[in-house]
Amino acid sequence: MNAPRVTDTTLRDGSHAMKHQFTREQVQKIVQALDAAGVPVIEVTHGDGLAGSSIQYGFSGTSEMELIETARQAASRAKIAALLIPGIGTRQELREAAARGVQVVRIATHCTEADISEQHFGLAKELGLETVGFLMMAHMRPPEFLAEQAALMQSYGADCVYIVDSAGAMLPDDARARVRALKERLSVQVGFHAHNNLGLAIGNTLAALEAGADQVDGCLRGLGAGAGNAPTELIAAVLDRLGINPGLDVFALMDAAEYIVAPIMPYQPIPDRDAITIGYAGVYSTFLLHARHIAAEFGLDPRELLVELGRRQAVAGQEDWILDVAVDLVQAKQQVA
Amino acid sequence: MYKLLRDPGHMELALVAGIDPQSEGLARARALGIPASHEGITAVLADPEIKIVFDATSAKAHVRHAKLLREAGKIAVDLTPAARGPYVVPPVNLGQHLDEPNVNLITCGGQATIPLIYAVSRVTPVRYAEIVSTVASRSAGPGTRQNIDEFTYTTARGLEAIGGAEQGKAIIILNPAEPPILMRNTIYVIPAGDFDQGAVVASVEQMVADVQRYVPGYRLKSAPVFDRRSTPWGGRVVIAMLLEVTGAGDFLPPYAGNLDIMTAAARQVGELFARHLLGVREEVAA
Repeated sequence: MNAPRVTDTTLRDGSHAMKHQFTREQVQKIVQALDAAGVPVIEVTHGDGLAGSSIQYGFSGTSEMELIETARQAASRAKIAALLIPGIGTRQELREAAARGVQVVRIATHCTEADISEQHFGLAKELGLETVGFLMMAHMRPPEFLAEQAALMQSYGADCVYIVDSAGAMLPDDARARVRALKERLSVQVGFHAHNNLGLAIGNTLAALEAGADQVDGCLRGLGAGAGNAPTELIAAVLDRLGINPGLDVFALMDAAEYIVAPIMPYQPIPDRDAITIGYAGVYSTFLLHARHIAAEFGLDPRELLVELGRRQAVAGQEDWILDVAVDLVQAKQQVA
Repeated sequence: MYKLLRDPGHMELALVAGIDPQSEGLARARALGIPASHEGITAVLADPEIKIVFDATSAKAHVRHAKLLREAGKIAVDLTPAARGPYVVPPVNLGQHLDEPNVNLITCGGQATIPLIYAVSRVTPVRYAEIVSTVASRSAGPGTRQNIDEFTYTTARGLEAIGGAEQGKAIIILNPAEPPILMRNTIYVIPAGDFDQGAVVASVEQMVADVQRYVPGYRLKSAPVFDRRSTPWGGRVVIAMLLEVTGAGDFLPPYAGNLDIMTAAARQVGELFARHLLGVREEVAA
């Protein structure tokens, strides 16, 4: 196992749990702490990537461009990254993010749709950015298929391609096989992004490292969508115990999680009833809060919604299907009654 | 082509033109007894009887074609993102553009959602409109995939210019589920002030009926949903409409409602132009 590069995405994946209400002060403090603790890449964007501020996903309290600028000013060593999901964000926002100080762009597509990302990788390279491809909901396709999609991203200019377990649905063998398939197929780096819906975020991250992952993601205190991500401070402690600490200050990250992030969190993401259902049903982790809101409005159990969304093979970003499914379930119940 | 054969209205399909001699589409046209040419725009320009041309090539090609067709006195119905002429959505604004030499059909998502945003904006001013188009992966061709940003930009502009929203936003999602999903659109509208929910519902129902006249598979999954959300303009009632478009299955499979609504809108635009040219005085859906 090699010492991986760790990207902290508290300020992007954590934006879901924060309902996209991070303030400039919070961003400044978190970036300063991560930077001082030796985290090399810090992702700052609306949870659904550039231009994610919307009715569909929730409006940002503070514009992500301002937050990116704040982060850039607060970091002395770390690179600032942004997420871009083609179909939501466009090259227009990518240009602006680069102008505000983003140095790494992570371009995410559903794991079958890599070919919609070509124009975005093209522009990113033109702008001189480091590029990472993100194959979301990767539990839905087998390793060899994912390797083909990853090869497309590599051909467009990705410097690294991630297996993204957006649903937190993978078991360690799933993570291992997928990362291995990409390692065998690609000449560029391979990464892994975990969610903790089945309590396996750290376990799957370790399996990915065993399979040769070069990059992994974490969030302070696990602040991310669904049951959250692999906690950055926990990744640091485990890597240190494995003897492959890439230069992270374990105690400083624990302090950042304990004293900066925990006090501002609206709740501690854990594998509770609804989050486990997300992992179990294999749906996008960000559906958690939206499903709870809609379930309450329609008098339904969020689990009914989530299981049905899994059955319909919903993909990342389809929050509007939750309403759709709720309408269908209510209509079906009325017909029975 | 299939829509024009099934229901030609006041038009007659005189020619199908492409640029590939081996084209399957041209072969299919010939098999049905329709004149077909692989000489592209040249063949179209050579026939003075042709008055209306549906251009489904590419934005780049249409920029060139638009000029040639205008000089030849032919009306161009543009299905590419070139947008040389005004945007049209048949039940909203086509009536205003029947003397234009060139009109543009925006995008499939625009054709599907703009009528319903207009249905709201004609009864109460709209501060913000947002649409999410989800289409089956199989129905999104290489052109759409390589230029996905253009869908976003063009549709958002259409929501504003034709839908009447002060600010518009568009999102597109491709879903690879098998069997393929029907084209789905979610339309969110935030009115500028207080509004009469009953008037909105009545206007939307009327518009759905108007669109169904040329897109039979166009339907709302339920009555509009009114949901209070926090927005940049404070806590506001958001109108959510869930729209499904089933293709007519003339040639493309029924799940490709996104492609069907474009061709259905094109046929409708062609028909209204034809009636206008012929001086046929019938009710124009506008």
